Amino acid sequence: MGHSKKFNLDEKFVFSSKFQRAAFITLGLGIVLFVIGVVSISAGGGDSHDEHALTQTVDLLASAQEEGSGEAAHAEEGDAHGGGHHGYHWTTRIKSTLWHNSIFFLGISVIGIFFVALQYGAHAGWSALIKRIPESFGIFVPVAGIVLLITFFWGNHEIFHWTHDYLYDPNSPQYDEIIAGKAPVLNFGFFIGATIIFIAGWYGFYHVMRNHSLAEDNEGGVKRFWKIKTLATVFIIFFAVSSSIASWIWILSIDTHWFSTMFGWYVFASWFVTGLSVITLFVIFLKKAGYLAAVNENHIHDLGKFVFAFSVFWTYIWFSQFLLIYYANIPEETIYFMERLTSDYYSQIFFFNIVINFFFPFLALMTRNAKRKMNILRIVCFVVIIGHWFDFYLMITPGVLKDHGSLGPLEVGTFLIFAGLFLFIVGKRLASAPLIAKNHPMMDESLHHSI
Amino acid sequence: MKKNKHFLVGVFGDQDELLHGVEDIRAKGVKIHEVFTPYPVHHLEDALGYKRSRMPVAAFLFGATGTTCAISMQTLMSGVDWPMIIGGKPFISLPDFVPITFEMTVLFAAFGMVGTFMVTQNLKPHKAPRLFDLRGTDDKMIMAIDLAKNNLSEEEISKILKDAHAEEVYRKDFADAKNERNFFKYLQDLFINGVTESGRFPR
Repeated sequence: MGHSKKFNLDEKFVFSSKFQRAAFITLGLGIVLFVIGVVSISAGGGDSHDEHALTQTVDLLASAQEEGSGEAAHAEEGDAHGGGHHGYHWTTRIKSTLWHNSIFFLGISVIGIFFVALQYGAHAGWSALIKRIPESFGIFVPVAGIVLLITFFWGNHEIFHWTHDYLYDPNSPQYDEIIAGKAPVLNFGFFIGATIIFIAGWYGFYHVMRNHSLAEDNEGGVKRFWKIKTLATVFIIFFAVSSSIASWIWILSIDTHWFSTMFGWYVFASWFVTGLSVITLFVIFLKKAGYLAAVNENHIHDLGKFVFAFSVFWTYIWFSQFLLIYYANIPEETIYFMERLTSDYYSQIFFFNIVINFFFPFLALMTRNAKRKMNILRIVCFVVIIGHWFDFYLMITPGVLKDHGSLGPLEVGTFLIFAGLFLFIVGKRLASAPLIAKNHPMMDESLHHSI
Repeated sequence: MKKNKHFLVGVFGDQDELLHGVEDIRAKGVKIHEVFTPYPVHHLEDALGYKRSRMPVAAFLFGATGTTCAISMQTLMSGVDWPMIIGGKPFISLPDFVPITFEMTVLFAAFGMVGTFMVTQNLKPHKAPRLFDLRGTDDKMIMAIDLAKNNLSEEEISKILKDAHAEEVYRKDFADAKNERNFFKYLQDLFINGVTESGRFPR
């Protein structure tokens, strides 16, 4: 249109002490809640009812209803200890929540890379201005990946039923023909190999694309653009395969007998909408903090459309998985939903999950204005992130903890620890390079973006 | 009954000149009837001062109607009128209703929107559009100004258009009695002549 304002494209994000403090407060609060959680659950296994009452008062999120079932579970636990009940120890809950959160945050960070790759693959110009923000998420991939691997080495027997050797031994009384048939995939070599290849691969692609992008800042021209485009295309193919396999071995194999052909998509959809919400929150936050002056409501609108569209996409995938299993009614398939729907505790989260991840963003972001106004979008994105955290909680916890699953300071604390680390590491990364890729060949299109 | 319509047609060759022209012409108090462009021009609606369409509201209401109809239809059919056991499910099993509810929501919204659009834009089946200049479908932007709705004289408007870099300005009259034909005559014409250019576009 010709009459555009001049924007400063050389700005750099300063990770000032104010922002660092916010990240550290999140981290510190997380650690405090984590410690409270650990103390309370390790004491909860004992007989003292006083301690149990103490944990109940500390447990901010426990509902009144839970108190009753908690009491019942407590009594049951006492019996179980006498009867030599296999598998549950209070540390299992820590392993479960670590596994849950590392997968959740690994997803958010890899979606940052995927989002950038997608923009290059689709030749999208509008996102050139904000591209550095999702790009910086990639730095968290190795962090979450290492936590994931450590958790696996620490807690594989508790998290994954298939890791027990006796299941594969035909002479053993606990020999399981179905699991033995899955042995080519469900073994330590494949699991660890694939996990390392995926995490290293994602990080490797990120590293090379990022370096090209930073070199482009100094050089200009389109040479780097085409190189990143080639890399991005290969990354998208690699990510399509690796994210599916990762979801099978990391999450689907927790419910070892169960299988779902939708699961790769389901996990990807949940990751993607969470990642998009985090990107949107970062953009809104930076804009409110006085950065990214060139980002206008049209860019915000596009991000809002992404969050809206992929919330619906997630619902579509979620429901497609549910309906086929519900309708076919085959016991080996329905077990997954039976576990979640027959439990008083999980069924509440199950329905809450649909409301918070579908009805809320669908109705709240339906109008054009809601997607263009940062204040509304900010609330919706925040809620969507929490909602998908519960979605992953529901994928992992019922399979690992069975009826011992709970939501207390431990789970919230672990989430806050990861969130604090994420904010700190990504913030540092964001500050380490110019905030805007000023020599991106499509920068002009992004500056004049209007819809 | 029907009056003949008199228009002044301005032909523009460049989209930026058209956009600035629209702003200048409106600033001088001339009311623009319509602008025809061969492709969508960004910001033209803003320049013409069009209000945002309320079609999304209509879409939501039609969609909500579809949802309600679908759920009540299925509840009445499989719950009340003819209950049948299918797959051991309850007669009214909401998950099974979702695909049909979704489809009917989309169907109602789509048909409702097409209908609303046709009614609001007066697109009747037998309506012959006023074609100002066929180059508007090719490489020129055509601006039409209704002389009856402007207080300025034809010469004055013509000068304003020329000042706004219109390549060509000419007057075009429509004999509306011929333009707004009777629906039955249209059908009769359709049967006898088929859809011909002369039948569709009387000029």
